[in-house]
Amino acid sequence: MRNVWLIWRKEMRSYFVSPVAYVLIVICALFFGFFFWSLLQAYLQFSMEAQMRGEMFPMNMPEEIARRLFGNVPVTGLFIIPLITMRLFAEEKRTGTIELLTTSPIRDGEVILGKWLAATTMYSCLLLMSALNIGFLFLYSRPDWKPLLVTYLGLFLQAAGLLAIGTFISTLTKNQIIAGALTFCANLLIFVCGWVGEYNSETWARVLAYLSVSTHMESFTRGTLDSKDAIYYLTLILVGLFLTARSLESLRWRS
Amino acid sequence: MITVKELTKRYARNAAVDHISFEIQKGQIVGFLGPNGAGKTTTMRMLTCFLPPTAGTATVAGFDVLEEPMEVKKRIGYLPETPPLYPEMMTGEYLSFVGGLKGLRGAELKQRIDYVSERCAIADVRNKQLGKLSKGYRQRVGLAQAIIHDPEVLILDEPTAGLDPKQINETRDLIKSLAGDHTIILSTHILPEVEQTCQQVIIINKGKLVATDTVDNLQSRARGAEPVLVEVAGRNGSLDPNVVQARIAKVSGVNRIVLKQKQPTHSTFEVETQKDQFVRGDLARAIVEAGWDLNEMRSSAVSLEEVFLQLTGSQEVAPKEEAVVTGASK
Repeated sequence: MRNVWLIWRKEMRSYFVSPVAYVLIVICALFFGFFFWSLLQAYLQFSMEAQMRGEMFPMNMPEEIARRLFGNVPVTGLFIIPLITMRLFAEEKRTGTIELLTTSPIRDGEVILGKWLAATTMYSCLLLMSALNIGFLFLYSRPDWKPLLVTYLGLFLQAAGLLAIGTFISTLTKNQIIAGALTFCANLLIFVCGWVGEYNSETWARVLAYLSVSTHMESFTRGTLDSKDAIYYLTLILVGLFLTARSLESLRWRS
Repeated sequence: MITVKELTKRYARNAAVDHISFEIQKGQIVGFLGPNGAGKTTTMRMLTCFLPPTAGTATVAGFDVLEEPMEVKKRIGYLPETPPLYPEMMTGEYLSFVGGLKGLRGAELKQRIDYVSERCAIADVRNKQLGKLSKGYRQRVGLAQAIIHDPEVLILDEPTAGLDPKQINETRDLIKSLAGDHTIILSTHILPEVEQTCQQVIIINKGKLVATDTVDNLQSRARGAEPVLVEVAGRNGSLDPNVVQARIAKVSGVNRIVLKQKQPTHSTFEVETQKDQFVRGDLARAIVEAGWDLNEMRSSAVSLEEVFLQLTGSQEVAPKEEAVVTGASK
């Protein structure tokens, strides 16, 4: 466990010593800020119109804004996740430092876990940027915080799964750009493959829809914790990390 | 300390390392010699558990590389061909990270970092980014990284490649000073390096073991007895080499004499002497007493280079520039 911590610390340092972390944080802050601002505008417009029509002031609006804001987070994640994971192993392979890791008395699993945890920590920092905006809602209203927390858990689990896939893809190549591009494609694919389920109810379409990360987000955004969906994300994480371990092992047999 | 039996690494079709067996005793410096692509790096990678062997066994400090890799890794310090540095880290921070990887903690780690920084002369760059260090410093940080956990076995893959002559000398001295505490294997394709640093040589070529012996034995195996180069000059400006040759041949202990170079005023001869007989004094006296000047006398020791060429029967030894560089650094 100390080794995991060691690797985690090293990875976190490399995110925060290089401009990577700051660039990503600024990008996320800008985008979430923009989403929040435009949603707020729409909300103001809507409530003004409602008042002019003499209707009741819509009380659940803060929650509505949060939900819509959260709806944009996974899409942003699609672009951000490859940027976080692409260097994890590709960089070590390119500079040869992988030889240091694999000839030190430390298990592959510890390296993988440390790196993946660092990536999820990095992504959590980005998620916090959206929490800044949500914080404003708490300043001026009393939204129910429990469903929001569940949504965050869902967003975190989903990203953790996609980050695990990204970690795996990073072991496949020495080239960061290729790792990043492939991760983007893979994540996009498991993101959109659920769309077939919307107009097709044959078995294969339902299976495909089940395999997609996007279909398992709904329960979380409603603020309900569905064990089925949580298990799906946990499985995705395990599959990603398992593939990473296999790939790292095969690296030795191939190279 | 290290036992290798029938070690083989096969890629798709060709064998990079082909049934190699050797043994290395504790505390020795062993040169692992061969032309580029001979299988040196592959063998070292198998010893460090980076690559699994296709067949055969290798044990380090009594632990098999396949059965107990963790135990082997704890006892090995490894410097790959390019030092495994993280460019964005500071030197001190890097050593602390590697020390942590090798299982050092707290006060012990701190003390070891101080020790290796001093030993490898990198104390002055502890707060510098690794990416900004010169090649010589990088190599030394690489060495420091390899010895940080005081390993029983040190495996160095071309530790002097790409350094300037002064740095090469410093690195060699450093490696020599590490012997005794550590068993060291260093690979190189530069022959003088082996002559200067190692006690034992393992020569491989095209994945096969060609020879394994001590440096002294290998040299004398190739030359038999020690030849001496003698340059003789006539005192009055002219010299008849045949007369000189006849005179020298009479000195006891001289086996053979060959005229190497002939000039009007002086000539150079190669004198082959009997093994274990020191005839230089007699040789010098004979020349001077005959009324000639003795300009130069030196042993024309056979270099490992010649041994190497004889053994491998190949022409692809060290590239010329590198041979020149190392020669200049002597």
